[in-house]
Amino acid sequence: MTAPTTTSADTATRSVRALRTPGGLSVRVDPRAALVTVLVGAAAVAVGVVLIGSGDYPLSFGQVVDTLLGNGTAAQEFVVRDLRLPRALVAVLVGASLALSGAIFQSLSRNPLGSPDVIGFSHGASVGALSVIVLSGGSALTVSLGAVAGGLATGALVYTLAWRRGVHGLRLVLVGIGVAAMLSAVIHFLVTKANLVDATRATLWMTGSLDGRDWAQVGPLALVLAVLVPVTLVHGRPLRMLEMGDDAAYALGVPLERTRIVLIGCGVLFIAVATGAAGPIAFVALSAPQLARRLTRAPGPNLAAAAVMGAALLLAADWIATEAFPGRQLPVGVVTGVLGGCYLLWLLVTERRAGRL
Amino acid sequence: MQRLTAEQVTLAYDQRVIAENLSVEIPDNSFTVIVGPNACGKSTLLRALSRMLRPTRGRVLLDGQAIHALPARKVARTLGLLPQSSVAPDGITVADLVARGRYPHQGLLRQWSPQDERIVQESMAATGVRELGERYVDELSGGQRQRVWIAMALAQQTPLLLLDEPTTFLDIQHQLEVLDLCADLHESQGRTLVAVLHDLNQAARYATHLIALRDGRVVAEGPPGDVVTAELVEHVFRVRSQIIEDPESGTPLVVPVARARGAKAA
Repeated sequence: MTAPTTTSADTATRSVRALRTPGGLSVRVDPRAALVTVLVGAAAVAVGVVLIGSGDYPLSFGQVVDTLLGNGTAAQEFVVRDLRLPRALVAVLVGASLALSGAIFQSLSRNPLGSPDVIGFSHGASVGALSVIVLSGGSALTVSLGAVAGGLATGALVYTLAWRRGVHGLRLVLVGIGVAAMLSAVIHFLVTKANLVDATRATLWMTGSLDGRDWAQVGPLALVLAVLVPVTLVHGRPLRMLEMGDDAAYALGVPLERTRIVLIGCGVLFIAVATGAAGPIAFVALSAPQLARRLTRAPGPNLAAAAVMGAALLLAADWIATEAFPGRQLPVGVVTGVLGGCYLLWLLVTERRAGRL
Repeated sequence: MQRLTAEQVTLAYDQRVIAENLSVEIPDNSFTVIVGPNACGKSTLLRALSRMLRPTRGRVLLDGQAIHALPARKVARTLGLLPQSSVAPDGITVADLVARGRYPHQGLLRQWSPQDERIVQESMAATGVRELGERYVDELSGGQRQRVWIAMALAQQTPLLLLDEPTTFLDIQHQLEVLDLCADLHESQGRTLVAVLHDLNQAARYATHLIALRDGRVVAEGPPGDVVTAELVEHVFRVRSQIIEDPESGTPLVVPVARARGAKAA
């Protein structure tokens, strides 16, 4: 087989191009979206290197790169490989998961507020994780499993309440906000029930933090994403069709219920494993897909661009958390909360102006 | 046997039954128009024929097979639908939207063949939206937008095309534009068209086959020249009328009877 040939799509589709092979295979590529994905990905790598270099034992950009390539001193090796690289990798995986979850639900609900951290899925995962912490004081793994169970249960609940006979974006958002409020009450109840040690651990966990994340977290997280990401990307095309309404999508041959169940399942699992790994980190799921969309200027869920944007955002937030108050590390959830809150205000105002709220 | 038929279907939304034991055949290569008063079940019938609504009893057959048992994608290569309500995704261009009509013919690794490209171009040319290709769908007028949606349905390249009230919300000029386009598709491309229309005179002018519904039952069907009579119009729409010949097309033209003078004075 010879190399793929690129043909410009004539006037048919603004900038979208098709990559074709002589075998009759073809892939549609939006050059702007591809460029945005690559550039944001490069930015994420750069921020990651800076992040790895920051902290009590500072390293320059070059030193970090050298160490990553295997040319560092023993001390540098230890700090980079054993302490900070796994933490940065967890940030990448969690950020991408949050963003993909956000992209899926915002697209399914056709509403930028239909994000898992607004409509209760991350609250559900928190309730699951906190139950484990408070009731059994379990290990990191069982806490993660608790988060997944809580997320799935909440997904089933919201689906039953809001998703029957097709999605109405606003109904999903309103039902989800209601569910989120109830789950917040459960969260507070669980914290009051806990003894002092568990309550402290629970409160810290609730902020969302990447502190002390090591290779033990990276492995399982990478494994889960290795399954979920391809499944999600394969369903990206039907998801784009669903944005036109159920009738139009079904008329074009999208199997509605199956597609929706698979995507909701993936979306809930993304938010649940991310929450299980790092706690309920606020607003990345809400803002990353929207930022990706604005940069790519392409319709649809923009899954790949959203994922790298989520990774870049969380790395940057973690760097700010490390550097904002020298000598005192903030939990990354505080930073995303402050930045994301500003974004949410702006979003509410523009949505209100556009008459969508 | 015709390609698309409904066999003794009972159609209902939850508990509310719209039609019972309804049987309909769509003649191949016809331009069939379904007419009837509000709430007679015409859109419901079209939704059942396009498999959007599953009959509670009976079945809809496409090429002799129960349409609900067929894979969604397979049906989508034979039967297209222009729904009443579709949402254009934010920031989508006309060409992008029309290109989505190729979805049932594409696959994960077969996303955009030269044939796809050609058909999208042809569909845009046939509906007169080719020069709008780069424009955003949100900025178009209602008539232009409807033509874009029709172009998308055309790009699907289905021998059967169903249109649910394609002229609603359009002014008279755009209504005629859309109907002329449908007639062209029927005549020059030999597609079978089924449309729900409100205006009986437009239906009589454009249809080759008319199905008149009242209370979920077929009251009359056949060529408009045979079907449209004063008795039928009174029976179906509860309107007394004269039927004259349309001076433009020779098809029946329904002229409702004016109110009696006595009634006006009183």
